[in-house]
Amino acid sequence: MYRKRQLGHYVHLVARDRFLYMLALPGLLFFALFKYVPMWGLVIAFQDYSPYLGIRNSDWVGLDHFIRFFGSDDFYLLLRNTLAISSLNLLLFFPAPIVIAIMLNEARRQLFKRIVQTVIYFPHFLSWVIIAGISFIMLGQADGVVNAILNRLGFESVGFLTTPEMFWPMLIVQNIWKDAGWGTVIFLAALSGIDPTLYEAARMDGASRLRTIWHITLPGIRNVIVVLFILKLGEIMDVGFEQVFLMGNVAVSSVADIFDTYVYRNGVLNGEFSYTASVGMFKSIVGMIMVITANKLAKWLGQDGLY
Amino acid sequence: MGKRLSGSTFDLINTALLLLIAVLTLFPLYYVLCVSFTSSEQYLKGGLLLFPRDFTVEHYQYLFSTPMFPRAIRVSAFLAVFGTALGLAVTAALAYALSRKRLLGRKTLLILILFTTLFQPGMIPNYLLVRELGLINSTWSLILPMVSSGWNIFLMKSFYDSIPESLEEAAVIDGSNDLHIWWRIVLPLSLPALATFGLFFAVAYWNVFFNAILYINDFTKWPLQVVLRQILIDSNTSAGGGAMQEAGQVVSPQSRKMAAVIIATVPIMLVYPFLQRHFAKGVMVGSVKG
Repeated sequence: MYRKRQLGHYVHLVARDRFLYMLALPGLLFFALFKYVPMWGLVIAFQDYSPYLGIRNSDWVGLDHFIRFFGSDDFYLLLRNTLAISSLNLLLFFPAPIVIAIMLNEARRQLFKRIVQTVIYFPHFLSWVIIAGISFIMLGQADGVVNAILNRLGFESVGFLTTPEMFWPMLIVQNIWKDAGWGTVIFLAALSGIDPTLYEAARMDGASRLRTIWHITLPGIRNVIVVLFILKLGEIMDVGFEQVFLMGNVAVSSVADIFDTYVYRNGVLNGEFSYTASVGMFKSIVGMIMVITANKLAKWLGQDGLY
Repeated sequence: MGKRLSGSTFDLINTALLLLIAVLTLFPLYYVLCVSFTSSEQYLKGGLLLFPRDFTVEHYQYLFSTPMFPRAIRVSAFLAVFGTALGLAVTAALAYALSRKRLLGRKTLLILILFTTLFQPGMIPNYLLVRELGLINSTWSLILPMVSSGWNIFLMKSFYDSIPESLEEAAVIDGSNDLHIWWRIVLPLSLPALATFGLFFAVAYWNVFFNAILYINDFTKWPLQVVLRQILIDSNTSAGGGAMQEAGQVVSPQSRKMAAVIIATVPIMLVYPFLQRHFAKGVMVGSVKG
């Protein structure tokens, strides 16, 4: 009897909010179809999926694809490239927005500050194809601007886009140009939360500006820096795929192959769907574990994580 | 901290460095602009171009005279307008429903959506889904997968959370249903937020690139970013060689490539002031976390 009454209560609630459910329906269908169906589609990682047989009739092979992948040299190459690019980003890109945000925070003239912000936020909104086009003309070996300047200064031309040793640093430079400005937004928000009376007191004490930055500004945003660093650490498996895809070429293929480019080449282009689905699944699972761990860590430090 | 800087010296150095950063940001764009207005003969003479050596719009004229380029602009403009409208409608409606605490199953749905931000099944399952749906070579394959995302739902929901439910109660007493309330009260209140989201949607759709590489083989349906890439890279080494041959061109001169870059940049520049006005207010700070 109780269960029946409860069911009746639920029916009543749903009927009462039927218009809210109508509003939610298209979005829920979207998430079901484009987010959850592909998750179910990952079962092909454990099959020898053939498009003609479909998921229902394809043979099951257990963990064969994973074993093949972990046993191949490709795995170590992809992992090395991914971790190298991510680590360089953490090391070299991550501090850039912090430094720029502090500099903006120190700028006295509001109009000047606003103009600089307007300029440096802009590249964030450009597509990677545009960034690639700009990079070709800035860094090209034959007619690139940087090489023209190097030549004029008496140096040899450098193949920024075609030398394997140059590829990773080149990606970092692109990232800094595109996103260091935009990255300041969150640090500026944190900086605006610092108690102004602290600066007042420091000035009374005759502290220099650098000293004030060191003893008041940096400690004031230390928590945000730590948390963002941890969260970025959680995204270590995610390397800018479109960026690497666009900038990669035959000359740098050994350093420009990451999980996603590998999946695209062998899966979409060569039709090894099951094998590459397992590669993608490995990356997704490790990525998820990293993100959850990073959030736990951030929360443990007493901060709001993303989740 | 070493030697002591006087306040004014500090200001001078700080201003100079910020200026340098701004110049380094703008210079590549300015240079691309200069090259795009320079004739190929002048460009091939080499050296740095700090201003267009001879002002010509021939590269722009050429690009617009090909069938390929204007068509790609139309595709991307359609994506930016239609995709944005659809994305906003679907995302705003779901986010609003999920922001009402009385909704049965709300917690479960929120957790299910949260999970999609944590675990992405990757390229192959997405590709196979689009193929199974018969959307290969259809513009829908570029629109539908980007209609919403967990992050957008949570950002928009957090905005709706700030609209008190008491506001609706008055309307409920008047006998309005939820659809009326959403349309007549909630949407007008959320117009500024919707405008911001709309601009971000529009930029994302204008910049669609890789999904088109995956899902669109028919070059007459390529969006601008894919055509731009074909123009940028050596066309004869790429899969899209045929497409550019249709335009009577195998390798584009550098100036023409840069004109194409500028054309793809201009729409972003046009919406940028509006974008900036909104995120400067901090509306979008949450999105930066991601």
